[in-house]
Amino acid sequence: MTRYKRMALGFVFGAGIAAVAGLVLRGERAATGPVEIGNDGGWSSRAVYACDRRKLVIVEGVRPGEKLPPERAQLVADVLSDLMRYCKEEVVARISRSQHITVAANGFVYENYVPGSEIPFLQVSFGEPTEREKKIWQAELDKVVAEGDRLFHSDELGSNGVACAMCHPHASNTHPETYPKFQAQLKKVAVLRDMANWCIENPLEGKPLAHDDPRMVALEAYMLSRRAGTALEAGKH
Amino acid sequence: MYRNDMTKKEIERAFAERSPADEQEIRALSNCDRRQFLRSSLKFAGMAAAASLIPDQSFQIVSAAWAETPGAAPAVKFRFAYISDAHLYARGMAHRFAKSMAKAVEDINALDPQPDFVLFGGDLAQLGRKDELALGRDILKGVRAPLRMMVGEHDWYYDMGDEWRRLFGRDYYTFEHKGALFVVLNSVVEKDFWTPKGYSPEERMAIVSGLDDNRQSPFEVGEEQRDWLQRKLRGVKRDKPIVVFSHSPLYKLYKPWNFWTDDAEQVQALLQPFDSVSVIHGHTHQLLTNRIGNIHFHGMLSTAWPWPYAPQGLPEYTLQMSRSDPFNQLDGCGDGRMDFLTNGRIDKHYNLWAKSARTVTAAQLAGDALPGLGGAKGPVLLGKRTFASANGRSER
Repeated sequence: MTRYKRMALGFVFGAGIAAVAGLVLRGERAATGPVEIGNDGGWSSRAVYACDRRKLVIVEGVRPGEKLPPERAQLVADVLSDLMRYCKEEVVARISRSQHITVAANGFVYENYVPGSEIPFLQVSFGEPTEREKKIWQAELDKVVAEGDRLFHSDELGSNGVACAMCHPHASNTHPETYPKFQAQLKKVAVLRDMANWCIENPLEGKPLAHDDPRMVALEAYMLSRRAGTALEAGKH
Repeated sequence: MYRNDMTKKEIERAFAERSPADEQEIRALSNCDRRQFLRSSLKFAGMAAAASLIPDQSFQIVSAAWAETPGAAPAVKFRFAYISDAHLYARGMAHRFAKSMAKAVEDINALDPQPDFVLFGGDLAQLGRKDELALGRDILKGVRAPLRMMVGEHDWYYDMGDEWRRLFGRDYYTFEHKGALFVVLNSVVEKDFWTPKGYSPEERMAIVSGLDDNRQSPFEVGEEQRDWLQRKLRGVKRDKPIVVFSHSPLYKLYKPWNFWTDDAEQVQALLQPFDSVSVIHGHTHQLLTNRIGNIHFHGMLSTAWPWPYAPQGLPEYTLQMSRSDPFNQLDGCGDGRMDFLTNGRIDKHYNLWAKSARTVTAAQLAGDALPGLGGAKGPVLLGKRTFASANGRSER
């Protein structure tokens, strides 16, 4: 049993919720749905994890197998979103039947938590990249886009002098945002890279690229960057 | 006699075995003039509409607006044809662009009657190299009719037109033909962007050959040619028909692709006093129609590849050709023919290789009837009627 499941269960015990001795935890570690905890005369608690599996909200007073009422479900989502600010922490919150929220992490317990407020003993660590990180990532993307731009306008992907931009200035009429789609001429659902390869093999009379070829990634990055902001009109092209 | 699903062989056999009655029917069809044809089709359309066979907003109804253009339809005085934007690489006749240009030569040579002359609309070469231009000259030698040459930016910016002029002569000139004045311009003059940056001739040509390469300058006719044109037009009678050939459109469509002539207004001002002026341009590789004041503008098709329509600035007179199928090399490409009319105007025929041929007539442009959405004043009158009745129905 993992550390935080133990923690969660400890929390449940500590709060005196689970009346039944043999507390049963249903669901596997990798399960994505909510987990029912315990059974108290027809009532039980439900464990809901955030996507990082490090934040857990235990909702008390639910009927086994029933959906949460919308306002309680929204509260769970709000609390989980709040907890995600403490990116690196493992945090457990409990929502009582009377909607009182208790938060526990690192051995500390905080009562009467109000969604949107700070938790005093936790450091916000968001996962928001630093300005430096953002600059590095953007520079890396720009490099690939620039290489895609160069390839798109060069004859080196083909053998006959033809370049992509000769039919697609500024990547017009490529509409990468519409893929994957059924490409009637290829008689299959194609991704943008299939179509790029078709053009490389036919008008350019070149050799197709592997889908993970850095040149293919660069071409795709260029096309998508040029088409950024274009409205997606599914089925139009 | 013929059916749509016949194979070519079956059609040939049917033709060989045609009866005298069939013969008469074919002759009647081919002798039928446009008015006659519209009259007959209107008659049939009316019958079909009465029988509720067709919706009331149909192409037949729209055609009626053109047929009602007052006055007798002008006759064709003479014809000339064009081949344009071949973009040849020096890779021999096996290269796709050389083959499609040769196809255009075959098309033009098969025209019956033969055109009085053939215009080559510029961009014979792709990178302005001697061997590319020489290949183009060799292919054009196959044209039976006399040839008139126009220069494009792809022919020019490797050696600033030296080789092109050596092969074909002056890059701007005028000539008279059957009462009309023809003006050929070099409209792809660019201000010097290369000297300050130290670009080599190869780099300069590569930049200009990139349609979407914004390191280059916008096209212009330039002061020298404008002065020359002004001198040429001095003393020319107002009612003399003028036809201008320019590689770039002589108006401002979309600057980022040089679908543009920077001094277009100044050139237009020189042409505006004349009764009938037509501008035939290349560069845009698409069916393109415009009218500014008294000037009609027509684009030419490329033999090499079609450009997409620009995202902005498309003239409202343009009824777009449909998007070309990338899987069909010939789609969106082609050549064409201009019918010079007795009224000094031009009917422009687009011979689209993979689609039905299209014609944009001077009558349509002059009367604002068709072609594009906004310019469709003629059909809109009829359209209003049909829309009103449609609304009336939906309100009930």
